[in-house]
Amino acid sequence: MGSRASTLLREEEIEEIKKETGFSHSQITRLYSRFTSLDKGENGTLSREDFQRIPELAINPLGDRIINAFFPEGEDQVNFRGFMRTLAHFRPIEDNEKNKNSSASEPLNSRTNKLLFAFRLYDLDRDDKISRDELLQVLEKVDVEQKMSIRFLH
Amino acid sequence: AEGAVAGAVFQVWVFVVLFLIMLPAMFGLSLGVTGVYIQVLVKILEWATVRIQRGRMEQPSVPVPLPNGIIERAGGSMEEEIGELRNSFALSDAFYFYKKGLESIVDDQVTQRFSSEELASWNLLTRTNQNFRYISLRLTIIWVLGVFVRYCILFPLRITLAIIGLSWLVIGTTLVGFLPENSVKTWLSELVHLTCYRICARGLSATIRYYNKENKPQKGGICVANHTTPIDVVILANDGCYAMVGQIHGGLMGVIQRSMVRSCPHVWFERSEMKDRHAVTSRLRAHVAAKTKLPILIFPEGTCINNTSVMMFKKGSFEIGGTIYPVAIKYDPRFGDAFWNSGKYNMVSYLLRMMTSWAIVVNVWYLPPMTLQDGEDAAHFASRVKSAIAHQGGLLDLDWDGGLKRGKVKDSFKEEQQKMYSSIIVGQNGINKDANRF
Repeated sequence: MGSRASTLLREEEIEEIKKETGFSHSQITRLYSRFTSLDKGENGTLSREDFQRIPELAINPLGDRIINAFFPEGEDQVNFRGFMRTLAHFRPIEDNEKNKNSSASEPLNSRTNKLLFAFRLYDLDRDDKISRDELLQVLEKVDVEQKMSIRFLH
Repeated sequence: AEGAVAGAVFQVWVFVVLFLIMLPAMFGLSLGVTGVYIQVLVKILEWATVRIQRGRMEQPSVPVPLPNGIIERAGGSMEEEIGELRNSFALSDAFYFYKKGLESIVDDQVTQRFSSEELASWNLLTRTNQNFRYISLRLTIIWVLGVFVRYCILFPLRITLAIIGLSWLVIGTTLVGFLPENSVKTWLSELVHLTCYRICARGLSATIRYYNKENKPQKGGICVANHTTPIDVVILANDGCYAMVGQIHGGLMGVIQRSMVRSCPHVWFERSEMKDRHAVTSRLRAHVAAKTKLPILIFPEGTCINNTSVMMFKKGSFEIGGTIYPVAIKYDPRFGDAFWNSGKYNMVSYLLRMMTSWAIVVNVWYLPPMTLQDGEDAAHFASRVKSAIAHQGGLLDLDWDGGLKRGKVKDSFKEEQQKMYSSIIVGQNGINKDANRF
């Protein structure tokens, strides 16, 4: 029964993604379902065309840059891990995470990482430079946590 | 001895089909068997739902399908989120577009309309079993019984009825076609069409409820409905006679179409004619203008949508003139998935799936007739009718084009978004204060 999404994702993989991104078990399986529905070629990866098939994304003026952010340097396909890693930047910061002063690496959805993600969307030639003043302005005044977060349902 | 048994079985079969199903169907009567069947089904499905919910609580690893999507969208318009009349560009403006873009990647309003609706609870059909695992022995037994009933009992019955219905349509309309044009011919033609569609409806175990019959489409009008499946035609034609509109096909479909048009004027186009919008419109206009002809049946979405929403109505149908009779059609997904995903299934496999579902349960609402108002253009009128249908049928009213199933979205939409944004940062004067800096 059921040859669809959730049976193709192994438990170990779900655990690894959970640790890396902070999404819950049910969120990961649901997002996997979404990933497979976008994957028209059914080869386990998404291409740029798969993204461009979403009309709301196609009319977004920054749509192309967003799509680019999913693909590592020079590659044309993104697998589910990469997909989740990019989406993880938009997970809301939970209260119990805010006060963690962990010496371990920062979670993907921390304020800094959200800003870094947004920065990279601007820095098209990936040389790590955009105007300093404008960046400072963003760092000071903008509610980055709210503007760069999506409410994923449990 | 075997021959006698086979002969007896065959006789019983013919008796059942002819007298218990076909004849009552032709006269629009019902023996009540389907009603009882549906009630029994509902009880079983309700029990199954409860059982599955109990099973889910014991198996927390299986995700619960969410009716409203994966994310909760904080809906603000571009003006609200970016800030009105700021008259300058800020780096952080991009966040609005990033967020909207990522939200649409996770869950968008359009692509989900072109595949079957996900059910909140399994309805014991193999094909809808996406996220449901083994839960209990009793459930599995019921499922196996269901497979047996559907494939070995219902399916042969339904195929027989469908064949009888379609043959009757072809033969009947050809015979009526020999008559001279008079009121007898018209009456006979309507009888043939109605009885054939009624037999076909029985061939799908269709239970149809019509509401507001006083608004039924009249001669010389245009009937407009949301489109989910080719079966929509059978559903509507069970209660009235319509002039069909469409492209002439080859093969079996073509035979049916050519014989139908002998007994009453349907509007069939050659493939080359379909491309010429002007020719199509003028032919339809001529049909409507002769007020004695049957109402035209048109599906303005242009393609099958999965019955959770109504997508953009193409304005061509609304430029013909005449009175529009909107009709809303809503299928009950518990008993079978009526949506035809033409990319995934061809017509034959789709019909086979339909005939092995539990049943087709439909609600049809006839809405009050609408006409073009003064100063209104066809696109706006189309939108108005669409909203009325969506509202009545409990469907989501979307402005997206159903053609996006196969094609790309037009660049002009992206340009609209860009225009909206620039009007925010440039302000009403059209002059950017900061431009003087450069």
